[in-house]
Amino acid sequence: MKIVINQLEQIAGVEIYPIISLLIFFSFFLLVTFMVFKTDKNEIEEFSRMPLDKNNDLHDEKSHHN
Amino acid sequence: MELQKFTYDNKLTNYFIWATVGWGLVGMLVGLTLALELIFPNLSGEISWLVFSRIRPVHTNAAIFAFVGNGFFAAIYYSMPRLLKTPMYSKALGNIHFWGWQLIIVLAALTYPFGFTQSKEYAELIWPIDVLVVVIWVVFGLNMFITIINRRVKHIYVAIWFYIATWVTIAVLYIVNNLALPVTLTLSYPIYAGIQDALVQWWYGHNAVAFFLTTPILGMMYYFIPKAANRPIYSYKLSIIHFWALIFLYIWAGPHHLLYSALPDWAQALGVVFSVMLIAPSWGGMINGLLTLRGAWDKVREDPVLKMFVVGVTAYGMATFEGPMLSLKTVNALSHFTDWTIAHVHIGTLGWNSMMNFGMIYWLVPKLFKTKLYSAKLANAHFWIATLGMLFFSIPLYFAGFTQALMWKEFTAEGFLAYPNFLETVTQILPMYYLRAFGGTLYVIGAVLFIYNVWKTAAQGSFVRYENDEAAAKAPAKPKESFHRRLEGRPLQFTVFALVAILIGGLVEIIPMYLVKSNIPTIAAVKPYTPLELEGRDVYIAEGCYLCHSQMIRPFRNETERYGEYTKAGETVYDHPFLFGSKRTGPDLARAGVKSLPNYKPDSWHFNHMINPQKVSPESIMPAYPWLADNEIDLSVTPDKIKAMRTLGVPYAEGFEDIAVDDLKAQYAEIAKGLRSSGIEVGDNKEIVALIAYLQRLGTDVYNNK
Repeated sequence: MKIVINQLEQIAGVEIYPIISLLIFFSFFLLVTFMVFKTDKNEIEEFSRMPLDKNNDLHDEKSHHN
Repeated sequence: MELQKFTYDNKLTNYFIWATVGWGLVGMLVGLTLALELIFPNLSGEISWLVFSRIRPVHTNAAIFAFVGNGFFAAIYYSMPRLLKTPMYSKALGNIHFWGWQLIIVLAALTYPFGFTQSKEYAELIWPIDVLVVVIWVVFGLNMFITIINRRVKHIYVAIWFYIATWVTIAVLYIVNNLALPVTLTLSYPIYAGIQDALVQWWYGHNAVAFFLTTPILGMMYYFIPKAANRPIYSYKLSIIHFWALIFLYIWAGPHHLLYSALPDWAQALGVVFSVMLIAPSWGGMINGLLTLRGAWDKVREDPVLKMFVVGVTAYGMATFEGPMLSLKTVNALSHFTDWTIAHVHIGTLGWNSMMNFGMIYWLVPKLFKTKLYSAKLANAHFWIATLGMLFFSIPLYFAGFTQALMWKEFTAEGFLAYPNFLETVTQILPMYYLRAFGGTLYVIGAVLFIYNVWKTAAQGSFVRYENDEAAAKAPAKPKESFHRRLEGRPLQFTVFALVAILIGGLVEIIPMYLVKSNIPTIAAVKPYTPLELEGRDVYIAEGCYLCHSQMIRPFRNETERYGEYTKAGETVYDHPFLFGSKRTGPDLARAGVKSLPNYKPDSWHFNHMINPQKVSPESIMPAYPWLADNEIDLSVTPDKIKAMRTLGVPYAEGFEDIAVDDLKAQYAEIAKGLRSSGIEVGDNKEIVALIAYLQRLGTDVYNNK
């Protein structure tokens, strides 16, 4: 731990933190976006219908707004 | 493949719904009481446990943890088994969760009005209740995670990701922010002090908004809007991207609550940058919710459920645009400490949180009771009354905020403050407080219609406790799958990933505050509080003074003119907890004790003002605190307080606890003598004298040094 403390104390400008964090986030964001667009379209379609599975609510068909 | 049969149990969903309904009304009624107390300051009739500053946490906690909390628990207990094709893992854990959570709420309502508080906003619960919160949260988590592991589907639907993120982050935030050293069963001091405590608190405070008031409600949105509109979410891809972006960015935004404070600039800059970036994922969620209704707008016209959802999601969009704007330093310089903040949070709670709860319950209760909604007409009336109530609440407060901030900042041509008397800026905005109370009344009327409607709906139907379903057993993983697909199939790894995402933000922000000494320059003149002042500080905390009075002078000319030298980080190093406050309903007190400043008041003034503020300033909206002159401080605990503070790093000499009471009595006698010479008789060990001693100490260290 002491090594970490010493290192951090020697950081001249912790102002660099926002920039580093921005970079971490941005690369992570790109990664997620890339993975999402690689995912199969049919699969995505299937996932998005998960709440609508009619078996979920056995009396759903008589819901008041239908 | 063989289909497995199983049964959903609706009992706990039903329980959580009625808890939401009941606590919702309580929270709103307390809120309305507070709004009226700001107009009629002595509405509480000198009853200590009804005074504004003691019941304000009852309102905020009821709204957040009782109304919104129970609401999303209902959503989770309903949607999760259906999305995962398995019943909730354990009925026993579910029951413990439900009753434990209600017990916490009752305990909160039984402690705050009597002055038992930690003073950290939305984390005011005293430490034994905090322990209970952690236990119940773990019970809830166990039940949730084992249910996820038991699932029969492979993919975990996005709503559940939001639930997982909620659980993980709240666990981390709650524990870190509540780390404290207990002194008695009802009193503890946080391990952090001053500006560090403030940073941890607002890291928590902002993320309580994010992970208690936002992510679980987004989960709710992703399940119930498709349900109610009978169509899938607009873009599932967008939901994945905005999920990760949201949880990654939110965790950094906390320091925007401390702009222009003594917090180091780099930390403030972090807060601003991430807050502005948050617009993107927040609006990703809003757009996804609203566009789900594309082609279904004809339904929105008729269906009160969808109307509620539309206004809820729109309010979410407005609040999440306004939030980043408020975190810009120039805007924040104006908005901070004013009613603007109150208006902003109520767009969030009255708009987003409440409307989502209302919509969900209007949809769910007819389902659970196998009937139709008792009256769609009444629900539509509720919708309009609630929407108008929200606007009547918030718009006047926006005006109040602008007006007061501009008055604070106004200088005359000669270079003096145009409104040197703080009270002038209060009386100016009082009409807005009347309108706010009117808006709040409307909202409560709407809520009463809501309760009547769902009650009648339940009464005309019969509760369907069990529902049968069937699904194939879970298929084993295919060998070649993408990383995120595999991640989704493994809830625990997914959780760890989410945890890492939020920890990066927390660690990078908080650790340097502790390790880099230059962040908190020490000031040699700053000394620990005397025992009497320490006792007075605890009175200040118990009475909730910090809810209306800040102790943070920002480096603006108008503030230094009005309140004195701006607050330095080094001045707060012995403040366990910090007491910066977040709202100035009354003036700042950071330098209340400095005699050379224009607003200095003598002991006798403080005494009379505390007993009857209106006698001293007829137009004041501060309530009276006459019991302070009757209540006595408990001297048997004073030595323990000194010891606890020393353990936390406050440099009281070894053995000082043994003479602390004598020291206290000596200082007390001196103040009592001064009061007597002004014709005020005061008995022994009264809280009011301790409080006066504390106020007269505030801000003086730096001044005496000059």
